[in-house]
Amino acid sequence: MHNFDFVKPSSVADAVRAMSAEGAQALSGGQTLLPTMKQRLAAPAVLVSLTGIADTRGVCLDNGALSVGGATTHAVVASEARRYYPALADLAGGIGDPAVRSRGTIGGSLANNDPSACYPAAVLASGATILTDRRRIAADDFFQGMFSTALHDGEIITGVLFPIPEKAAYVKFNQPASRFALTGVFVAKYGSGVRVAVTGASTDGVFRWTEAERALSASFTPAAIAGLSLPSDGMIADLHGSAAYRANLAKVLTGRGVASAH
Amino acid sequence: MPKDGGIGASTVRREDIRFLTGKGRYTADINLRGQAYACFLRSEVAHGRINKIDTAEARAMPGVLAVMTGADFAAMGGNPAGWHIPSRNGDAMKEPKRPVLAHGKVRHVGDAYAVVVAETLEQARDAAGAVVADITELPAVVDMAQAVANPDLRVHDEIANNVCFDWGWIEDNRAAVDAAFKAAPHVTTLELVNNRLVPNAMEPRASIGDYDPGTGDYKLYTTSQNPHLSRLLIAAFVMGIPENKLTVIAPDVGGGFGSKIYHYGEEAAVLAASKALNRPVKWVADRSESFLSDAHGRDHVTRIELATDLEGNFLALRTETLANVGAYLSNFSTATPTFLHGTLMAGPYRTPLVYVNVKAVFTNTAPVDAYRGAGRPEATFSIERVVDKMCRELKLDPVAVRRKNLIQPDQYPYTTPVGLVYDTGNYPATLDKLIEIADFSGFEARRAESAKRGKLRGLGLSTWIEACGIAPSNLVGVLGARVGLYDAATVRVNATGNISVMTGAHSHGQGHETVFAQIVSDKLGIPASSIDIVHGDTSKIPFGMGSYGSRSLAVGGTAMVKAVDKIIAKGKKIAAHMLEAAEGDIVFEDGKFSVTGTDKAKTFGEIAFSAYVPHNYPLETLEPGLEETAFYDPANFTYPAGAYACEVEVDAETGRVEIASFACADDFGNVMNPMIVNGQVHGGVAQGIGQALLEAAAYDDNGQLLTGSYMDYAMPRADDLPMFTVDHSCNTPCTHNPLGVKGCGEAGAIGSPPAVVNAVIDALHRGGHTHVTHIDMPLTPSRVWSAIQN
Repeated sequence: MHNFDFVKPSSVADAVRAMSAEGAQALSGGQTLLPTMKQRLAAPAVLVSLTGIADTRGVCLDNGALSVGGATTHAVVASEARRYYPALADLAGGIGDPAVRSRGTIGGSLANNDPSACYPAAVLASGATILTDRRRIAADDFFQGMFSTALHDGEIITGVLFPIPEKAAYVKFNQPASRFALTGVFVAKYGSGVRVAVTGASTDGVFRWTEAERALSASFTPAAIAGLSLPSDGMIADLHGSAAYRANLAKVLTGRGVASAH
Repeated sequence: MPKDGGIGASTVRREDIRFLTGKGRYTADINLRGQAYACFLRSEVAHGRINKIDTAEARAMPGVLAVMTGADFAAMGGNPAGWHIPSRNGDAMKEPKRPVLAHGKVRHVGDAYAVVVAETLEQARDAAGAVVADITELPAVVDMAQAVANPDLRVHDEIANNVCFDWGWIEDNRAAVDAAFKAAPHVTTLELVNNRLVPNAMEPRASIGDYDPGTGDYKLYTTSQNPHLSRLLIAAFVMGIPENKLTVIAPDVGGGFGSKIYHYGEEAAVLAASKALNRPVKWVADRSESFLSDAHGRDHVTRIELATDLEGNFLALRTETLANVGAYLSNFSTATPTFLHGTLMAGPYRTPLVYVNVKAVFTNTAPVDAYRGAGRPEATFSIERVVDKMCRELKLDPVAVRRKNLIQPDQYPYTTPVGLVYDTGNYPATLDKLIEIADFSGFEARRAESAKRGKLRGLGLSTWIEACGIAPSNLVGVLGARVGLYDAATVRVNATGNISVMTGAHSHGQGHETVFAQIVSDKLGIPASSIDIVHGDTSKIPFGMGSYGSRSLAVGGTAMVKAVDKIIAKGKKIAAHMLEAAEGDIVFEDGKFSVTGTDKAKTFGEIAFSAYVPHNYPLETLEPGLEETAFYDPANFTYPAGAYACEVEVDAETGRVEIASFACADDFGNVMNPMIVNGQVHGGVAQGIGQALLEAAAYDDNGQLLTGSYMDYAMPRADDLPMFTVDHSCNTPCTHNPLGVKGCGEAGAIGSPPAVVNAVIDALHRGGHTHVTHIDMPLTPSRVWSAIQN
């Protein structure tokens, strides 16, 4: 690790100011950034910690939607979101291990947009809104491909608003080594229809399986997607699974998500 | 019943208190006054010509004390191979020099070509980034079949076709084996890969070189499983230091699994740097370096054929194997695929004719050497897979076929067609025990229950044998070993009656401090708490060969017992004098020397005191003191054996395999500490399941390691594993060592992979996927699903 300066602002405004410094890098839970720095693959001049801002931590209801602060850890979501949005709590409780969940945050996960991360699936399937220091971004506009988002330089995620579905489930199939999602599917049933988001599978990062959404909006049963299949074009192929395997997993997990939605 | 705390008691491991409370003292915990820090530069290409290494900028960086390259070590000797394996045509094996640091060429990703030494680790790393290496990348040789076939691809310029040796075992039997195959009613053929593994000891390698300019003495603290071997190699072969001027200390070592048997170039580099700088020089590998530079394990590609009659009686067995040795010969790399593999190809069976061919192949990958089991898992996997395939082809019961081909209890000593003499065993007994503890009769009900949940359940079996306690020096010398394989112990009784035992074996997690103390306690009637076990420091212990090959107890433990016997014999002489009796009338029991038939006795403590304060002592015939050393060279290998069963559930939609249960019926001979034996089996089976389902070191075509971190290299975790059922009640004591022990450290890793794979194939067949005859390890979800689809 190279030397760096460290600041820990206590307000969003101070954080935004700190982020304007040359070589500034936002630090939330650090579960991706710190290992990268330790390997000397990143060398930010200033780390701006976002975990000292009280307004960006915690879980509460906001006009019927679930509001999760950007610096809320996975462990807090796993426990405190359960009574409002159990599928989201399930997802958070399945990320990494207890040490990771006690440090990693939802804002950090979304800003990084790892193609195998879990949270993007929940945010996209829920049609959630990402709140930043300067604007509100719809989930459908936020994710822009592997490790790429709509965030501008220095823009800070302050929270996420999740509409609460009637039923939902997240089904994750672990990559055996990292236990990131080899493929993960989040299925959410709203009065307005069903949304299905797939993570871990596509070279473009998280995506909606709209064909399944239409079929499930008509009939929220595993049988409704039995005749569908996902093309393997554009799916990730690596040591842990071929493109065809990931396409298969996306379908199998969608069916299982529908069956277990609660 | 075992004596309290003696042989056979499940004594809690005494060393765990320090390990679990952070009081262990590993090499990385040692900090010497004035130490500097080393950082190695490692090749980023698999194969390249070193044109120039410009160190000028790095030398000028803050805190930098030295930058050394391969040129600085070119005059030193190479790190040698410990076994010479001739080819079947009589040619000597090819032994390219393995330098301390790569010189002229780099030959695998991770091959170290320079070292920076600085005041701090950060300064060393910063300066390493300023070393400019001009390396021309050359085509990499990665695939073994291609390495052998393409004469233009060479890891070492002087070795055409990259073949180290082409070994036949036993060459004289080849014609008879081939004839048996021609005449056989049925031949089963299987091509399989024994996947390359990264050892992944919890503690990465680390070394501190400490040269004393006042005395000219070198001291090396290092993560070694056998410090005397490292000292010998460094002194006699690599650096030319007089052996008496080098001390090697392997303090607490956090696992090795084979990877820390060997001498590595970093050890010589820190010693040389320490001498050059007159300061201690410390290096601790990070995990990425471990992945790239620790000796890997396994990596065989094998074609195995089994000739049988139509009732499944084995008539002959024949194998052809390409064994990857990587870019350089690691110390035991030539023995592992030959004398620890080919000699085991009879397994526990009466196969009358066996022929084994192994070609060892250089590739532009990390060196490959012994890893827990070392050759024997490869042999067992090949045999047990082909036996299962044959049973399926001939529609025979895999239990019945194994049972009728097993060596029978009245056939010992049994000479195999591959050169070993099994001294004792009872393989049908462990198979019967397995069927009982794994509840074979309840399988169908469990399968039906799994089916209700949409899962395919399968049952897999393996009956296996290994050769441990490595081994008689005269025999292995004939076979090509360049070292002796005895071990040694010194038992020092102090004047006050407590005891220090210096053992040549080395504990890196096995629990020697506990078990060895139990044995000495049992033999001498002294509380184990009064006995210390000293290991790992060549300045304190007799010349031993360390720990590998499940040999510590069978060889090192026997040396210890022999030293204890000498203590007792001398004690009897002292007691006879003190008690004014004939030596022949003295009996030693429960810590007392007494005159038989009388109540006259001296305690062990009184005898010890007399030996050091010899006022009433037979000084004219007996030296004072009570300290004895014994060296023990075994008469034969030991032959642990057993039967393992695995039940799996396969999710056919995703290909995911879950281990539902795993049962082991082992014969380890006499058991010294059942709890520790269970733990050894648990750990071995965990590694075997890791190999079968999760672990694989994968290189791409350019020789880049794709699995260079835990993000891609899947280690088994607790929730990947079931509760194990372990039994060792069917023991047949080893006939040629006084403890009757065989060794248990590697068994789990040897017997388990074929049981797992056989179970998955069984599940798929029961589920109607009968086209799947084999899947190469690791049986990842993706591979299993793909096999089902095709």
